[in-house]
Amino acid sequence: MAAPVMEAVEALESHLHPTPSWELADHPLPSGREEVWRFSPLRALRGLLTDGGPTGENLEWATELPAGVSFDPISLEAARELAVEAPIDRVSALAAANASYAARLTVPAGLELTDPIVVNGAGVAGSSVAEHLVITVGAHAKATIVLRYTGTTTLADKTDLVVGDGAQVNFVSIQDWDSEAVHGGHHSVLVGRDAQVRTVTVSLGGKVVRLAETAKFAGPGGSLEQFGLYFVDAGQHIEHRLFVDHNAPHTHSNVDYRGALQGQGARSVWIGDVLIRKVAENISTYESNKNLVLTDGCRADSVPNLEIETGEIEGAGHSSTTGRFDDEQLFYLRSRGISEDEARRLVVHGFFADIIRRVGVPDVEARLMAAVEKELEIIVGNPVGVETTRAAGAAL
Amino acid sequence: MSELRISGLHVEVDTESGPKAILKGVDLTIRSGEVHAIMGPNGSGKSTLAYSIAGHPKYRITEGSVTLDGVELTELTVDERARAGLFLAMQYPIEVPGVSVANFLRTAKTALTGEAPKVRTWVKDVNVALERVGLDGSFAGRSLNEGFSGGEKKRNEIAQLELLNPKFAILDETDSGLDIDALRIVSEGVNRYTAQADRGLLLITHYTRILNYIKPDFVHVFVDGRVAEEGGPELADSLEIEGYDRFVKAVKADA
Repeated sequence: MAAPVMEAVEALESHLHPTPSWELADHPLPSGREEVWRFSPLRALRGLLTDGGPTGENLEWATELPAGVSFDPISLEAARELAVEAPIDRVSALAAANASYAARLTVPAGLELTDPIVVNGAGVAGSSVAEHLVITVGAHAKATIVLRYTGTTTLADKTDLVVGDGAQVNFVSIQDWDSEAVHGGHHSVLVGRDAQVRTVTVSLGGKVVRLAETAKFAGPGGSLEQFGLYFVDAGQHIEHRLFVDHNAPHTHSNVDYRGALQGQGARSVWIGDVLIRKVAENISTYESNKNLVLTDGCRADSVPNLEIETGEIEGAGHSSTTGRFDDEQLFYLRSRGISEDEARRLVVHGFFADIIRRVGVPDVEARLMAAVEKELEIIVGNPVGVETTRAAGAAL
Repeated sequence: MSELRISGLHVEVDTESGPKAILKGVDLTIRSGEVHAIMGPNGSGKSTLAYSIAGHPKYRITEGSVTLDGVELTELTVDERARAGLFLAMQYPIEVPGVSVANFLRTAKTALTGEAPKVRTWVKDVNVALERVGLDGSFAGRSLNEGFSGGEKKRNEIAQLELLNPKFAILDETDSGLDIDALRIVSEGVNRYTAQADRGLLLITHYTRILNYIKPDFVHVFVDGRVAEEGGPELADSLEIEGYDRFVKAVKADA
């Protein structure tokens, strides 16, 4: 029989998941050689790593709150009490330490919402912001939460999503920054017993976005789906670092992140890690990352990891693919008269639509498809270095 | 009257040990209203012929020409060839996740005719075309070929054939892997297409079975990258009895 959950949560020695701590001293300034930092542009992130970096300034928050939902300032201490876990990196430690106050979004137990909760955080150019946001969703509540970032700032972000037992939550975060924004942070999710949580992380804008996304379970029976999509343009660095901690039996997780890259210096990093602890019997997990490289000059790093401490599971797997357009798909579409450009557009559209359709929240799906359409407008002509048919010269 | 003329077609592909000649001088002319069957053993180059005509980048034409009503297809891109009136039903239709059958068909129809089909009639046309090949309306909303069974993929190819209604269609082993019911449904679709009497069909097949349903005007036996023998429907009957051995041996004796 499975041991009680609490006994199982022992510290694990692994370079993949640093020990959480509220103490800044436990998160020394990285040199760039550390496993968790080696993919990151430290120079561009510098403003998020130094003591004097993120300040008590705040984003300009705007909210659409259905009846019964509240969004309030709380003390940093209260936020620590409510948080899923302590910060796992220096950026989020600074976010929690330097914020002038924290914010709490509360969905009371049992409240079943039909309209989404929308929280928009706007950055102001020249600001350097530390934010700690705690979202609590009470037991058996049902909610869709859209957290959207806009504008320009340098943001150190710690966000905790605490989902009560039996609750059903869609949590969508959209990094819809202007092109000069820098955003680093740590999003943590606690999946309650028998809760169903779906997160959708969408990174579109910003100069640098580096998000660590960690998740664990408060008890058995929880289900977690994490979808991500990102569109990386020239000079952008978009990094998602996923960690799912299967610390309870009979839990399920599925991670599926997809990105498209185009333009000189476009860079994506995706690190996936799933830990199946001894106690986590009869769990199932799958993680996947797909990158579509649309032009020369891009780089996509994709590293899935799986740490398994028990074989008594239903299933575990991962996959990672990074590539250019599938020539066979393009050939098939073009053989029906569809031009090369249009075929590319269809394939990219489909690549993202394939994941967006699984979100299951029509309002959110529509927003995401609109975002993809907007990005697709940028795709132009015939990318340099992408192979075409022998007669391609006649195509355009 | 349209004409698809293949003359002296030589095609090679790159292999690990260098270029390899697959087609070694193919001559074949198809006029609208005609049904041609190409039959041959595995590895004879039948599919290469189909993909070369359609413009697949893997196949390099080293010699010869393919013209459609005098237009040199080999100088056109894949999509230009389709817009010139060519259609290839593939042996292994490709899955395109996230692109719905309906969206794909509308985009293709728009590309082929130069204007978007009218929404109201088009939705109906798509549903009718799908239902005629035994695919229910839900397929219009599904991702193109994704999760389709082998038979459903082939039916979908034939639905496309009927909707896009090209001047010339090449069916590359559309019959392979079909059970008898699916074979009948697919054949009926093809026969509706040819019944227009002004369309040309090149039916590539390994088996004579489909010729019980689709009656060819001409049969070409394809061996080692070229047409080894030509005749009428009776040639298919003798193949049914004798198989390809006679032709394969003859080619080897010549070599």
